[in-house]
Amino acid sequence: MDSSLMNAVVDALLSGAVTTIKVTAGALAVALCIGIALSAAAFLTSNFVVHAAVRIYVEALRNVPSLTFLFLLYFGLAALGFRLSSMVAAILGLGLIGGAITIDIFRSGFQAVPSGQAEAAASIGLTPLAAFRLIILPQGLRFALPSLGNYAIALIKDTSLVAAIAAPEIMFNARQLVNETFETAFIYGAAALVYLFLTMSVAQGVSLLERRLEVR
Amino acid sequence: MSFLSVIYENVTDWAPRMIAGLQLTLILTAGGFSLALLMALALEYLRSRQNAAVRLLGRIYLALARGIPILVILYLLYFALPAAGLTLPAKLAGIIGLGCVYAAYIAEVLRAGFNALPAGQREAALASGLTPLQTFWLVLLPQAIRHMLAPLLINLTSLMKDSSICALIAVPELTLASREIMSESFLPLPVFMLTALLYFFMAWPASVIARVIDHRLRSYPPRSVSKMPDVKHAMALS
Amino acid sequence: MAADILLDVVNLGKSYGDFAVLKGVSFSLRRGERVALIGPSGSGKSTCLRAINYLDPPTQGEVRLDGQVIGRRSDGRRMSDLELAPQRAEIGMVFQHFHLWPHLCVRSNVALQPRKVRGLSHDEAAKLADELLAKVQLGHKADEMPHRLSGGQQQRVAIARALAQQPKLLLFDEPTSALDPELVGEVLTVIKELAGEGRAMVLVTHEIAFAREVADRIIFMDGGRIVEEGPAQSVLDDPQAPRLKQFLTSLAQRERGDG
Ligand SMILES: Nc1ncnc2c1ncn2[C@@H]1O[C@H](COP(=O)(O)OP(=O)(O)O)[C@@H](O)[C@H]1O
Ligand SMILES: [Mg+2]
Repeated sequence: MDSSLMNAVVDALLSGAVTTIKVTAGALAVALCIGIALSAAAFLTSNFVVHAAVRIYVEALRNVPSLTFLFLLYFGLAALGFRLSSMVAAILGLGLIGGAITIDIFRSGFQAVPSGQAEAAASIGLTPLAAFRLIILPQGLRFALPSLGNYAIALIKDTSLVAAIAAPEIMFNARQLVNETFETAFIYGAAALVYLFLTMSVAQGVSLLERRLEVR
Repeated sequence: MSFLSVIYENVTDWAPRMIAGLQLTLILTAGGFSLALLMALALEYLRSRQNAAVRLLGRIYLALARGIPILVILYLLYFALPAAGLTLPAKLAGIIGLGCVYAAYIAEVLRAGFNALPAGQREAALASGLTPLQTFWLVLLPQAIRHMLAPLLINLTSLMKDSSICALIAVPELTLASREIMSESFLPLPVFMLTALLYFFMAWPASVIARVIDHRLRSYPPRSVSKMPDVKHAMALS
Repeated sequence: MAADILLDVVNLGKSYGDFAVLKGVSFSLRRGERVALIGPSGSGKSTCLRAINYLDPPTQGEVRLDGQVIGRRSDGRRMSDLELAPQRAEIGMVFQHFHLWPHLCVRSNVALQPRKVRGLSHDEAAKLADELLAKVQLGHKADEMPHRLSGGQQQRVAIARALAQQPKLLLFDEPTSALDPELVGEVLTVIKELAGEGRAMVLVTHEIAFAREVADRIIFMDGGRIVEEGPAQSVLDDPQAPRLKQFLTSLAQRERGDG
């Protein structure tokens, strides 16, 4: 194995990893915003329309493959005249799918807060919104943390799919380099290690955070 | 041009190709899930062994299967194995890849199902003179299966969705079939909408059934322990 | 004399790591004899009972049922659960928390063992189950699922299930401790009836009045040892060991409601 190949692999995978991290961070942000906003809305209101709309969004996106949805977003919108860049389509697509997942995670988290908490908050005269923000949300987030960690790990892995819409992340770069060098096993093996490093780091980070929050 | 009229005009061209793709999707799903179940049983068996080295191997396997994207595993199986002298047909590589990854998740489901049973069930069975195998088949499995059904169904639908990744190693399953139709027809929106709908109507009923089963389970048999919603399963269920 | 011995427990010991839970317990049981095992919580009563049928294999000593060594092959090696099954089938066990099979109806709970272990036909096993359920006054509940029964009823089903093994020996581990007070009586009545039939049993219980009525002999355990044993009357009315006196006093106080 010559050092120029080694350098090429390191370059390709590192720049790919940066893109992977960008897509992950962007999609995570979108997913968390959607998840918090819609699960909070569903928690605070008994309005049928809100609940139905949230439900439809969740069911629609959780029952369609990520790859199919990315194709739909990337190629479909372009046909309508909205040309999204690969990166924007990747972040938006994975973020929208993630929103459907995190809504359910947050909702379960809020439900895990004992009902006495809401009653006690109401009894000291907090408005429903204040009770949610000050009492339910902080505790619910803690319950939701392990599932959010699992989601983040699944998201990192799913970013590999955006190679199919030409976003230059790890697998896209790896594939291009393979086409030039034919070092298939070495390059894809190295890519696997990079993903393993990323997913394990997140797993470690989440479990550290969990332990930190538990000690209080 | 409305969605329906586009579909109506092209149905004779698209339908056979999409149905062929759908068939492959179902084959990948059935094959991958069967393999995953078998491997999960083997993994759980290994885990129950006393031998520390065997258990370590099992744990390494689980870490790899959970930490590496399916796409990477498929690429390794399909593109890299030939360099080692083993060339797999794309379909087979897809089934093996999906099976290997989902084995790790299903092993977790099996373990959780058996762990949910009180230790007294096994003890009472052994104490009455049932053999270990009878204890497993007559007492433990029938109870554990209740806990496993919903998550198994969820994993089955996830696997079905993930079988779309096999498109990227050129298995002409539903997603690749529709991608090819798209690049000929230049009608991406109707084509992918239709594809998404097909996936939806396969996955959604299963997820509804899983939710019903899960709900039934939580109310039966009535437990004295408090019924806190299980956050851990929120990702898989509901 | 020796032919009269059903159960022989010899120098039984059990340790978890460095922690010795049983420190050499020996006693024997004649055919038809009933022994009550009493003692403070944590004294090793359950461990002793569970060592007899090797649910918690002892780390020292041996158990013989009808002269046959339990849980050890002739070469001294420990038996697997598979090898143990026929021996365990001869010993019925009733647990504190019943452990009925929740996925089977009451009749099937009782009929499972005779069918699958003793090889009775489906009809024979069902008939036996119905007879035994009638014996514990639950003939009318045969088709119910266990979780629909009260705790006292569940424990009576568990007793019928143990009887269905046609065991040589019955083990009871605090059979009434998990029950609401008003349900204790119905279970004790059933056990008393069994005692009247001359079945051999080892009973762990905190119900002293019941032990006095049912048991031929009482064994008092403390700290993993037998501290005192003898006929029920003498152990309960004329205790010698200070620990036993103290134990009986505290139980009596609790019964009066001032402990
Ligand atoms: N699996 C175990 N590991 C460690 N210690 C145990 C285990 N099981 C029981 N013990 C200990 O053994 C002692 C005796 O327990 P047990 O036989 O259940 O007492 P009893 O039934 O008389 O209340 C207790 O101190 C208990 O903590
Ligand atoms: Mg005990």
